[in-house]
Amino acid sequence: MSTRPVLEVKDLDVHYGLRRRRRRALHEVSLSVAPGETVGIIGETGSGKSTLARAALGLVPVSAGSIVVDGEDVSSYGHRQWRTLRRRGVIQYVFQDPLRSLDPDLTIEASLAEPLLIQGMSRGEAAVRVRSFLSRVRLSEDLLDRSPAELSGGQRQRVAVARALVTEPRLIILDEPVSALDSANRVQILQILKELRGDGVALVFISHDLGSVAGVADRIAVLYQGELVEAGAARDVISRPRHPYTRLLVSSAPTLHSAPAERAEREALRALLHA
Amino acid sequence: MPPLSEKLLTPIEEIDEPGLGGPAGRPAPVLSLRDVRIKDQAGGRELVHGVSFTLTPGKAVGIVGESGSGKTLTCRAALGILPAHFEISGGSVAIDGSDIADLTPAQWTALRGATISAVFQDPASYLNPSIRVGAQIAEVIRVKKGLKRREAHRRAIELLRAVHLRDAELVCSQYTYELSGGMLQRVLIAAAIAADPRILIADEATTALDVTVQAEILDLLADLRERTGLALVVVSHDLAVVAQLCDEVLVMREGEVVEQGPTREVLHHPRHAYTRLLIAEHEQYGLEKFLATKEDA
Repeated sequence: MSTRPVLEVKDLDVHYGLRRRRRRALHEVSLSVAPGETVGIIGETGSGKSTLARAALGLVPVSAGSIVVDGEDVSSYGHRQWRTLRRRGVIQYVFQDPLRSLDPDLTIEASLAEPLLIQGMSRGEAAVRVRSFLSRVRLSEDLLDRSPAELSGGQRQRVAVARALVTEPRLIILDEPVSALDSANRVQILQILKELRGDGVALVFISHDLGSVAGVADRIAVLYQGELVEAGAARDVISRPRHPYTRLLVSSAPTLHSAPAERAEREALRALLHA
Repeated sequence: MPPLSEKLLTPIEEIDEPGLGGPAGRPAPVLSLRDVRIKDQAGGRELVHGVSFTLTPGKAVGIVGESGSGKTLTCRAALGILPAHFEISGGSVAIDGSDIADLTPAQWTALRGATISAVFQDPASYLNPSIRVGAQIAEVIRVKKGLKRREAHRRAIELLRAVHLRDAELVCSQYTYELSGGMLQRVLIAAAIAADPRILIADEATTALDVTVQAEILDLLADLRERTGLALVVVSHDLAVVAQLCDEVLVMREGEVVEQGPTREVLHHPRHAYTRLLIAEHEQYGLEKFLATKEDA
């Protein structure tokens, strides 16, 4: 397997709006994801983390900088080129709300087989492939003829993960995949994501919650107000955060055994960030 | 006793009466639940199978559980706002010493806001989008405290300051759509404490917020509790949120209290498998393991 990055973002700028309402969503963001690596992207509401995901999927136009997906510079791709790339199934995605990312009129089986049929696989082959991925996400075959509405939130999200996996992509972008789930389902999804690490698929795991990313990611990047303020090995970023925002994030994460002294520290960091 | 919001604005060194109040010895409970059972009359099913706890001034009790575990029903029972068809089918709730079963609607109205108050998960749905937020807080003060319009407005600004909103005057004149989720939750807390209650129930009050904003709200609740002796009931699906704030924890599952005890005790010696699962989740996937190495180093 090549060691060429599956995703390489360089000095990325993204703007929204026109003329006087033009607003910068991302500024000079650089990030590289190696094959099989899990990278966590952390940021608060409005930090630009979803914009980064959307840019990497060709859903928002790039103002400056470049995005290279699996060796192809996609920064100036048009609709047609993006469609071809997406159809190859190299890059897949999972969003927060699986009810919105799964077609309500399709059975679970049809939803899972669709990306394979688009690639030109026969129905028979697709059915076999779909079944082979079910156990990976701990879903039983009984669910295949149901519709998304008949599944629980946790089951639906596991379907969304399976759907991202069937084309054997090199990269999956997950935007807040566990934020809408309760703890049992969250643990299950995190466990599944962790097991994927051996398969060579790279994951970009976007979340506002450092706590849900900490146990899964190899590296963590922190976005704050559209800029990447800190990046490094997960262990280092959490145990020795440098940027004030990262320090506030770490001291804000609810832990089971926290010292009351942290309150004063948080207060000081907030004052620093708002200054 | 000075009103709660005034105490909040006083630097902590200058507070002479201790927040816990009352004569030495055991303070009288402000809220006590004894084996509370809740039944759905329509379905004939019992949904909450006996919850007991006692809350004294300045104390905090936490209830942890998944959606459907009965934690919100328990809170609603204590507030006297169970949904239609639901009733307390066993046990008793006492607020400030009086059993709520005997309360008349007028007595309930006098009690809510002034003695027991609550904030919930989605602050925007408890505020009127077409009225400035300051006016909505002022309304609570006019109705509950009988203050005149101008005085109520002044108090509303004080309250917004007390919940650490940076520009209280501006926020006062704004509408809900102009405020972020964290700001709205502060506005709701300001309204909830406007009539100087003794008990505040926070039901998933920080669930929809970013982690850093959640910490700000939790710090504010801790501050309220320390400075004013406000007693808290904190409800969350996240054991860590409850652990940060509460002296005692109840772990609920499917209407049953599966574990209950002092927070430290429950965290260090969990007896029930479900509690152990909640703890394991944090230890495996949370920041715990990284932060533990920091302490060891």
